[in-house]
Parts: sequence; C-alpha cells; structure tokens
Amino acid sequence: MSSLFKIRYLLLRRFTQIGLLFLYFGANAYGWKVLTGTLSSSTLFQTIPLADPFAVLQMLSAGALLGIDVFIGAAIIVLFYGIVGGRAFCSWVCPVNMVTDLANWLRRKLLLDKAERKVWVSRNARYWVLVLSLVVSAVTGLAAFELVSPITIFNRGVIFGMGMTGGVLAAIFLFDLFGIKNGWCGHICPLGGAYSLIGRLSLIRVRHNQPNCTLCMKCKEVCPESQVLFMIGKESTTVNMGECVNCARCIEVCDDDALGFGIRDFATSKAKGEKR
Amino acid sequence: MSSMSRRDFLKSAAAATAASAVGMSVPTEVEAKASSAEAGWRWDKAVCRFCGTGCGIMVATKDGKIVAVKGDPAAPVNRGLNCIKGYFNAKIMYGADRLTTPLLRMDDKGNFSKNGKFRPVSWKRAFDEMERAIRKALKEGGPEAVAVFGSGQYTIQEGYAAAKMMKAGFRSNAIDPNARHCMASAVVGFFQTFGIDEPSGCYDDIEITDTIVTWGANMAEMHPILWARVTDRKLSDPDRVKVVNISTYRHRCSDLADMEIIFRPNTDLALWNYLAHEIVYNYPEVIDWDFVKKHTIFATGFVETGYGMRMPDEARKLGYSDKELETIRKEKSKPVSEREAPSLSVFGYKEGDTMEMKHRGHALGHWEISFEEFKKGLEPYTLDYVASIAKGDPDESIESFKKKLETLRDLYIDKSRKMVSFWTMGMNQHTRGSWVNEQSYMVHFLLGKQAKPGMGAFSLTGQPSACGTAREVGTFTHRLPADMLVKIPKHRKIAEKIWKLPEGTINPVGYQHIMNIHRQIESGKIKFAWVNVCNPYHDSANANHWIKAARKMDCFIVTSDGYPGISAKVSDLVLPSAMIYEKWGAYGNAERRTQHWRQQVVPVGEAMSDTWQWVELSKRFTVKDLWGEWTIKGGKKLPSVIEKAKAMGYDEDTTMFEILFANEWYRSFRPDDPISEGFDNTDVLGDHRNVIGSDGKPWKGYGFFIQKALWEEYRMFGAGHGHDLADFDTYHRVRGLRWPVVDGKDTPWRFNVKYDPYARKHAKPGEQFAFYGPALKTIKRGNLKKIDPSLGKISLPNKAKIFFRPYMDPTEIPDNDYDTWLCTGRVIEHWHSGTMTMRVPELYRAMPEALCYMNPKDAKAKGLKDGDLVWIESRRGKVKAHIDTRGRNRPPRGLVFVPWFDERVFINKVCLDHTCPMSKQTDYKKCAVKIYKA
Amino acid sequence: MNTQNPKKDTKPKISERRRFLTIMAQSVGLSALGGLIWTGYVEEAKASPLLLRPPGALPEKDFLRMCIKCGQCAEACPYDTLLMAKPGDGLPMGTPYFIPRDIPCYMCTDIPCVPPCPTGALDQKSVSSVVDGKEELDINKAKMGLAIVDHESCIAYWGIQCDACHRACPLLDEAITLEYVRNERTGKHAKLIPVVHADYCTGCGLCEHACVTEKAAIFVLPRDVAMGKPGDYYVKGWSKKDQERIKQRDLSKLETKTKVSERSAVDALNAGDEELFDE
Repeated sequence: MSSLFKIRYLLLRRFTQIGLLFLYFGANAYGWKVLTGTLSSSTLFQTIPLADPFAVLQMLSAGALLGIDVFIGAAIIVLFYGIVGGRAFCSWVCPVNMVTDLANWLRRKLLLDKAERKVWVSRNARYWVLVLSLVVSAVTGLAAFELVSPITIFNRGVIFGMGMTGGVLAAIFLFDLFGIKNGWCGHICPLGGAYSLIGRLSLIRVRHNQPNCTLCMKCKEVCPESQVLFMIGKESTTVNMGECVNCARCIEVCDDDALGFGIRDFATSKAKGEKR
Repeated sequence: MSSMSRRDFLKSAAAATAASAVGMSVPTEVEAKASSAEAGWRWDKAVCRFCGTGCGIMVATKDGKIVAVKGDPAAPVNRGLNCIKGYFNAKIMYGADRLTTPLLRMDDKGNFSKNGKFRPVSWKRAFDEMERAIRKALKEGGPEAVAVFGSGQYTIQEGYAAAKMMKAGFRSNAIDPNARHCMASAVVGFFQTFGIDEPSGCYDDIEITDTIVTWGANMAEMHPILWARVTDRKLSDPDRVKVVNISTYRHRCSDLADMEIIFRPNTDLALWNYLAHEIVYNYPEVIDWDFVKKHTIFATGFVETGYGMRMPDEARKLGYSDKELETIRKEKSKPVSEREAPSLSVFGYKEGDTMEMKHRGHALGHWEISFEEFKKGLEPYTLDYVASIAKGDPDESIESFKKKLETLRDLYIDKSRKMVSFWTMGMNQHTRGSWVNEQSYMVHFLLGKQAKPGMGAFSLTGQPSACGTAREVGTFTHRLPADMLVKIPKHRKIAEKIWKLPEGTINPVGYQHIMNIHRQIESGKIKFAWVNVCNPYHDSANANHWIKAARKMDCFIVTSDGYPGISAKVSDLVLPSAMIYEKWGAYGNAERRTQHWRQQVVPVGEAMSDTWQWVELSKRFTVKDLWGEWTIKGGKKLPSVIEKAKAMGYDEDTTMFEILFANEWYRSFRPDDPISEGFDNTDVLGDHRNVIGSDGKPWKGYGFFIQKALWEEYRMFGAGHGHDLADFDTYHRVRGLRWPVVDGKDTPWRFNVKYDPYARKHAKPGEQFAFYGPALKTIKRGNLKKIDPSLGKISLPNKAKIFFRPYMDPTEIPDNDYDTWLCTGRVIEHWHSGTMTMRVPELYRAMPEALCYMNPKDAKAKGLKDGDLVWIESRRGKVKAHIDTRGRNRPPRGLVFVPWFDERVFINKVCLDHTCPMSKQTDYKKCAVKIYKA
Repeated sequence: MNTQNPKKDTKPKISERRRFLTIMAQSVGLSALGGLIWTGYVEEAKASPLLLRPPGALPEKDFLRMCIKCGQCAEACPYDTLLMAKPGDGLPMGTPYFIPRDIPCYMCTDIPCVPPCPTGALDQKSVSSVVDGKEELDINKAKMGLAIVDHESCIAYWGIQCDACHRACPLLDEAITLEYVRNERTGKHAKLIPVVHADYCTGCGLCEHACVTEKAAIFVLPRDVAMGKPGDYYVKGWSKKDQERIKQRDLSKLETKTKVSERSAVDALNAGDEELFDE
C-alpha cells in the first residue's frame, strides 16, 4: 500500500494521460461525444472548443485566417494552464511523456546517468526551437512544428492508426536513453517551451519545506527539470520556475515530508525564483 | 520542344495521362513474348452464363483452368461484345468458397440429423441418404411427395435428364423450374394466343423497326447487349426512330427514351386497353381487317380468378398471422374498388360489390366472343378514365400524362411505323401477367403488326435457358418436351414411346408448380425436394414460410450448387455441382437460338455435373420401386405398369438407369466422337481426379456419349411439328440456330410464310401467315360474361386469338399502415441471387449491397436522408437496407425499388407470394410496405 | 580578469560578454541551419499534389496553412473515408485525405465532416447554398477533385456494356453522362461511353470505387492537377455562362511578349539593314 502511495501522483498522471487517449480513441472508434478531436484541437461535450495555443500561434505565423473557435479554444487552454496548471500539460496530458519517462527510468536503472558525458544542448534550446518553428511557419506558410510534432503524431496514431509512428517514438526514446537525459522534453520540445512560458505565473506549485529537508537529493535525481529545484535545502518556498512540469515525482520520492503541493508564493518568486 | 522540356511536360501531366500511355505501341519483343505465353492456351466457343440474351463468348483454357474469355466476334447476338457480367465469365467458377464435396447434416456419431452440422461425406453416402429419403417420401406420400426445384439455367441435357427421371422414373410431376417465376405468364400468353410457345420475332427486329416500346423491361440493365442494339438503332436515325419507356419507376432506359411513361402498378392492363379502345372506337381505319379476319378470332375469359395465394382457411390453419390474412382473404373474395369499377362494369360489377373468386380453379378457361362483344369490353377505357387510374407519378400533371398517352397511341396507330413492344418481368411478374401478355398481342394483331420483320410484341427472357431448357424441354409440372402437356393422353403416349416406357407410366396430373411445392412442403405433403441450378429459398416471395418449412418440417432438402447460397443453408444435404464450363451443355435464348458448348475444364474438387447426379440417382431405383400402383391427387390411382414393363422385356429389378439413360440406343453413342476430340468429358470418360463415385469406386465414365444421346433423343420430340432442332454436331460448328431448324436453316420470324417453312406448309394458298400452333385451338363460344353452350365450339386452325382482358386492382394496395409500393428486381452487376457474381471482387465492389431506391421527397417526409438505414416492413416480414435517393432507379413518390440479389437484404421475406392465377408466376413487382428508420 | 593566473590556462580565456555573444552566434547559426533543413522538409511535404481533401477544403496551399490536424473531420465521417496522414504515408503529416478506390466519399447530405472543423480549413460556406433564404449544406457543391477517364482501359470504350461509374455516380446524369456512339465494327451495338462534367463532378470517387477494371480506368485527381485552363481572352460565343469565367481578368497583364517582340519597336527598326541581307 505504501509503495502504491509512493507513486500516487505517477498513477494519477498515467490515468489522465491514458484516459484522455482513451476518450479520443472512443470518439473516433465508437462515436463517443465526450472529447472529440486530438490534442491539437478538441471539442469537449460537443460544445467547448479546446485548442493548442502553440499550434494556433504557428498557424497565425503561417498567415492563416483562423475561425473563432480555435481562438476561444486556445484561450481556454492558456487560461487554464496560465492560472492553474502551469506546465502540467507536459506531465499530465502529453503522451510522449510516457515514452520519455520510460527512457529516464531505464537510464537510472542502467546507471547511464553516472556515465553522462557533457550535455551539449542547452535547456534553452527549446526556446530557440520555439522561435524557429514560428519563423519556419512564416516562411513556408505551414505550421512547421505541427508537421513534425511527435506529440500529435503519437496522439493521432492512437486514434487513427499508428502507421510508422512507432519509429518516431523510438527515435525519441533512444535519444533520451542514450543521447541526453531528458533530451526531448527538457531540451528540445518547443511545445514544452511554450507551456513553460504560459505556465510561469500559475498558482499550483510544488512547495519546499526546508526545515524537514535532509538533503538526500532524491528529488533532484528524479526531477526531469532539476534546475527548478535550486532551493532544495536552502529556503522554504514554492517552485516557481515555468519549466517545472508539476509532475510531483519530487513529492513522491521525498521521505521527509519536505515537499508538497501548495499555492504559489509570490513574495519569494519575485525575489529569487524567476530569473535564470 | 527540347527533350528536357518535353520530359518536364510529361512529368507534370503524368498523373492525368499516365494510363492513356498504355495504349502506345508495344515493342515487338514484348509482343513475341506474349504470343509464346499464349501458346498453351486453347480458345473454344461457349455461351455467356447469365441472362436470356444469349451472348456468344470464347473461352481460353490453360493447364486445366479457365484463364480468360472474350466476346465471340462471330456470334450474331453480340458480335464480340459483352456486358459487365459477361466480362467476368472467366472468374465465376473460382470463388474461394466453391462447394467441392458433398455435405450432410450429421450428429456427432455420423448419422444424419436434421439439426446437425454440415460435414463432408462421400458421393456414395450422399446418394445413400438421398435414396433413403426418397424411399421414405414415396412410401409416405407417393410420387407427389418427391419434388424438384428445376431451373431455367439447367443445361438442356441436365433439364432433360431431370424431367425424364422425374416424369418417367418417379412418375412425379412435382418438378417445376425457377422459370415459373420468370416466364410463365409469357408462356400462357403464347399458348393461349398462338397455340405454341415462344416469340414469333427475333433480335433482328431491333435493327429493322423504327419504334421500340419497353413495357416493364429495364433492358439497359437486364439485357444490356440488346439495349446497345436499341441504342445503335436510335442513333442510326434519331429523328425517325422513337423509343418509349413504360415503367412504374424511372430507370436507365429513360436515358435514351424519347418519352417516359410512369404508371401506377398493375395499370399497364388499362394502358393496353386504352390503345385498343382508341383503335377500335376512334381510329377504326387503322385496324388491319384483312389480317384480323383471316388470321385471328376474338376471345375472353373469367375475371373472378383470385390471386394465386393460399385459400384463407387453409392459411389460418397453418398459422399465418392476422396481418397476412388481411391480404390472403382476397383469394376468396374482395370488394370492387372505385378504381376498377368502371372496367369491371362490363361484367356487371359496380363499386362496393363483393367479387367472389368463383372461377379460381378455372383461370385458364377462355372462349370465343364476337368483335362487338370485344368492342363493348373496351368501352370504358377512355383517355380520361385510363389517365385517372394509371398516372403513376403524383408529381406529374394529368394533362402531361394524357398527352403522353396520346403520343403513345399515335406511335402505335401510325401505319407507316414498324413497332416492337419489348417486355420482361414487369409484365410477367404480375397478378394478371398472362392477361397483360395477351393484351400486347391484342394491340399488335389489331394493327397487323405481328410476325413481320421489325414488328411484334416480343417477350424477352430472363434466364439463359428459360426458353431452351425450362420451356422447350418442359421441366414444368404440367409439361413434356416440345410444348406437350402431361394432361393430354396423346402427348403422354408420344413421350412414352420415345422414352421406351410402358403405356400409362406418365402421371397425367401436373399441378405442383413452384409455389405449390413450397406450400406443400409447408403443409407436409412433400417430403423430399431437390434443388437444381437455382436458389428457391432466396428467390421465392414470402420466404420466411418456406425457410421455416424446410428446416422444421419432416422433409429432406437437397441442394446441388456451386456455392453456398441460402438454399444450401436450409438444406439437409448439399451436393457440389460442376459449373457451366466444367461440363458439356447447351442453352436456348429468347430468340429461340440454341447454342452448345464443350466441357472446357475438369470440375473443381469432387464437383460433378447435374446430369451425372441425376443419372447416378437413377441407378438406385428399379421397376418395382417406382412403377407399381400409386395414389395421387384427389385419391386418383396411377396404375401399376410393372406387367407391361415385363412385356417390354424389363424385369422388376431393371434399374431406371438401364431403361432411361443406358439403354442400347444410348450406348450406341461412341465415347470417341470426333466432336469431343481433345476435350474433357467427365461424365463419359471420367477424368484425372478419379472422383470416388456413387458406388464407392473411382469414377471412370459411362463409356458412351451420354450428352449427345440425351440431345438426340430430346430432339425427336420436336421434329416435324414446328420445334425442329438440328443434330448435336451441327451446333458445335455454328454460332447457334433459331428453331425451327428445317433443312439446316434457322427461322428468324415464325408464322410468316416468307420466313417460316411451317407457315408455308400450313398457310392457305395466297395467305401470308399461319398461326399453326396446335394448342387450345378448339374452344367454346360465348359473350363477355360467360360461355354460351348453345353456340357450341369453334375450331380455329392456323388462327391466333385476340383477347379482351380487363383492368383489375392488384392484390395488395398501399394503405395507411403500409403506405408504399414495393417493387423488386435485378441490377446489371449481379445475376439473380448473386451466388456467382457476388464472388467476383470487381462486381462486388461495384455493387456491394442492395439499396432501397426511394424518392427524395418521400425520404424527406419520413425524416430520412440519403444513406440512412431503414426497415422495409410488410405484413409478412421486414428487412433492413440503406436508402438511395439519387441512384440509378428513380421511383415516383409512394414507391420503392429494392433489388433481391443480396442475401443480407433478404427482400423476399417482405414480398407477397401472390401469382397470376393462370400462369402461377409470382408478382414480385408490387406489394405494400412501410418504411421507417432502423 | 585572468591576469592573476595566466599560466594555468593554456586556452585563451574569453570574457563573459564575448562568451555570451559567441554562444548567441552559435545558436543563431545552428538555428539557421536547422531552419533551412526544416524549411526544406516542410516545402517538400507540401509538394505532394495528388491528395484528395475532405469536402469544403480550401485550396491546397490555404488548407495546409489552416488545418490544425485535429482529426475532428475524420472522426465525424460515418464511412471511415477520411484518413489522417501518418508517418510513413509520405504525405503532409496529420492532414485529412481520402483514397476513393478504398473508401470513397459517400456524399452525405448533412456533410458531418465539415461543421466540426474548428479553423475553417474546411469551409462550410463553400458547401452550402441558400434555399428559401436559409443557408443549407449542399454536398453537391463540393469540389474534392475531378474524375478522369482513361479511354484506353475503360471497357465502355471497347463497347462493353459497363457504365458502372455512371450508375455509381451520386450526381447521375449530371456529373457523369453517357454518350452514345455507334459501333462501326459490329454495325449494331452502340457504345455507351461515360463522360465526366467538371461543373458537376465533386470528386467523391464513387465512380473510381465502382470501376470494374483491375486498376480503375476512371479515377479522381485534385482539380488543379486534372484540369487545364483555357485562356481568359476568349469566350465561348454560344455560352452565356462562359463569360463569367473571364470576369477576373487581370488588366495589368495585357502586354504580350515573344522572342520577336523583345526589342522595342524603335530598337527593332534601328537594328540595321544587315539582318535583311544574306550573309
């Protein structure tokens, strides 16, 4: 029981990720009307539009004169993650997260982390890719990242049939396993970058309770964006950096009750958490 | 253009034009390769498997398989062309689920069990079971308990062997072909009008005529090659040649037609009478009195003849539902409606009267009347009356409809015009089908437009050998070969002589037509039924009853087929049959053209021809088994002929095989006939398969040319009285001949002295025509209402009859509960129940399911949209189908058309088993249904 | 900064500012490289012109721009006609298309695939018509492609009575009509030849699906691939409708130029007499 408790958020995340895929799949295969479409754009209960704000941004950059539905949909998503969820999309919704988590887990098991060579890609690369995708979109007149996004490819593969989607996922898996730790989600993915920016002021945050901390550093070991945990053992505050995906792995691995969810601590965030 | 830019050009245009590049010349070395690959091929002539048109094809075989077909350029019917089905003749025998071995319903112990699963058995076991079931049936119900569902797709030899074994061997007349559903009304029309079966004209009429009217014939889909000829004729002189399409719904013939007349179901009876009324009352000058007086008399018959259904009391006893009985009760009596009252007034009826169907048993009765009486009968059919009851499209104005009727009249009465009236199932599958057939001759006779080149009412046949096998061979319950009838002693005597039977062998009572066979299985009278080359459990109307009877009653059903259709599914024993090019055979088409073919390949699996199956069965029964005394219908006795048989040299244990199929004469046909050199003949010589036969030993052949013997014996029936056929060898040299074949020459137009040697023989000096058909040529006399015994009888040699037949309502008319007419039929892509064509991937793809064709306004009113799945429900059953409001068939409001080829849209569960009371042919073209979303 | 310990570091030290600029330059350079490759890939992916799009789809270029790849059109299709391009299909990833030979568009009258489109990539207006003042969906206005008949392999041209495409056409006798042609060879069997009319053909592909030849002899291509374009300087004198065609004529492009007219009139005249003399 306690071992399940140890992975309660992990289970919940998998449930959400798979559950969403299941709803999408059922919409196509059985005509369920709960959540139709894909992660690019969906309709909830046949009325509420949802849309990927980054995709919409690319399309605007490509010069598309879009219908009102997608703007409403994108606004709903921006508001939700911007106010509430932060970058939770990446760990609670995105199906590729399951692939990269698996790679990460294997890395730890195979002790590949210990043999890590110099990381040659900056964690800021994603923002470059983000800008680049907007530029390429503008140049080609076609939403550039959407054309290659493994997230929507995987998502559509589940709904409409996989084709050679497995190849794309294997590439990411191998990149994360043998290439760079958290290579895709933590370095390259511009959608993650976009959600980092959207979610940088959101309310739900991981809170560190410094007095309880024994400096075991399990949290940092497990964290896919470990730079966001710079305050560990130093200061009681919330994890306020936009790159935190709210995956709660740190909370789960902490044996000392030094980490938990809380509401954003604005005072400290302004002082220390922001700039990097 | 430089080479580069040319390439660029080609590249960009490639998608649009790539395929047309295929037509570019082929390099010579490729051609040489192709011809060497073709080296092992053998091309031989055959005939298309499908419809009654009778197109000639050439079949290519290699290594014992059919590899290709081509239209036979030498065939006069089709000159090398085919329709979309004929195009796939090479593929029909190689479906993945061909039946290859006998299958018997068995329990786990290997015993026959009515509720068992089908398991493979040997041919020996199969015949053991058949023999057992037949002996049981004979014991319990006599010869009438042994029945056969025959076919218009039998080869002539198969049909002949089946009829011979049934009528001469089993002494049972319970054999009736699916042609009953197809051509029976035409047959009654021919017999009663001409005294002899089959059309007077031929396909050459199409090129000669200048006016073609289709009455209930969708030639564009059902006789595509003939329609190509009609179209060509129209193109040859578009202003002069007129084409009129008369139908209850719009179909593809309207594309070409100058005029389309949409009429209310059953009112074709009124349309013909309108034409006759106009001729007799308003344009008497167009009557060809010389022709009419010299060659015809006037006649009529009973009207109170019912609708060919079960009697209501009987149906109630058998558990028919109250809903069904609402319709069935009309078999006994019915109220005269407002619509039919004027037309029935000449018989003394008025609206609201009850018509008792008192002449139900004498529907065929008819008598001579005077021209004045004939004219009196036509009096009600004024333009106003006919237009008011016959307009079939509620969205058409009555003025427009009237104008069309007048135009039609003007075409018919135009003395300068040659007229051909074609019809198929619209007029044959009709509760008064025999009447409406006779009416067509009525109009053509009055105008003198019959039996002349380019002129005549012409019945197009549905099946490839409805004429050749079903009708000419006489695989009907009441018939013998060459138009002879079992009820006529002289005819039985002729048959007994040719068949070398003791006098009195043949059963004189033939009443078990195909619906009666179904009904008698349901009521328990028939205990054994064998399905040959047809699919009666798919193609018979009101199918729920017959399927239930086959499965639940104490009966044994055997189906011989190439594929597992519905009939096979409801059977107790399934036998694998050789298909068309796997056996020697012959078909006869709608223009009396007989065409033979050789066996092209050895059958698949253990499949054997139906001829072989019949002949093997004959080995199982002896004189004492079959030729003793039997009780038949009404307690009548069929006498024992065993003593007479002994006097002829047979003994009690002589098998039917020895008497009917292997007597000395049969054995005189040598197996090494030059005609068969280089070809397989499984029946005669056996084949490399060494199939274990009915005696448990490898099949090595009969050792004599049985197909030739059957043919030569069969043609003895027709020789010398107007049915002359050429000898076996001749047909293997020519592309078919139209009978009568006299002195090696065929007859394009019958009854016409110029073309028909028999007309020359019978005609009085100086006369142009002789309707020499011998049947029904001495009749009583009377007036419109009844026979007048005081007038005695009249004999009318060489004369035809002009019938007056009134309009009557059909059996079931849409009402508030069941508000829509249902019409069924075929589509061009599929043949009948689709057992063959649904297995050709291309045809399946082109037409994968039967759709319910519906008027878009009806769909809208019912809240339906194109493609919706609906229930089509009648008083008898219901099926689901998708609706199509923009398809090939465009019904008027209030009518839907559903094809019957698709066993998943089993529309015959919905149809009513009402028939023409004269011909016993089912009317599949009208019953009442309701349609709602599924 | 490095003066205190110059020997320890053999590599030349750079300033933070310099370091920042170098990294920036590197990043920009790598981004430019990536961008070029990426752009190349996107352009390549765009250039697969033989795709058939759902009804109401904007012209291909705009469609690609507008489609968000959500698949709601494909989910709405009751016949599973619409596919979403997958990796390996070699088509613009994630966009909807259909292959009529496999599953054609059955032309539902309520067009379930178009209204769910959130972006307008499937333009509802283009498949609607005004009936009694109300805008109603009208699938007959769809222009998904155009059917082309290959005369060589179409068996109707041989004289076979086929017309499978004609009967399968949901705009029977409008989009496909039969042309009757006399058969000179037999002298009595007319050929019934299918003719496609671009004004009516929606490109649904029911004809291609029904075609009984081994590879369809009638097939649907995108309209811009399948169609030529007559010049907008000539109008069919016998057709009122044809005038509509040229209404958009660009008047700024009236001048014509060929090799002969490359030079101005004056230059041509002044080119000298030499051109007129032999050698």
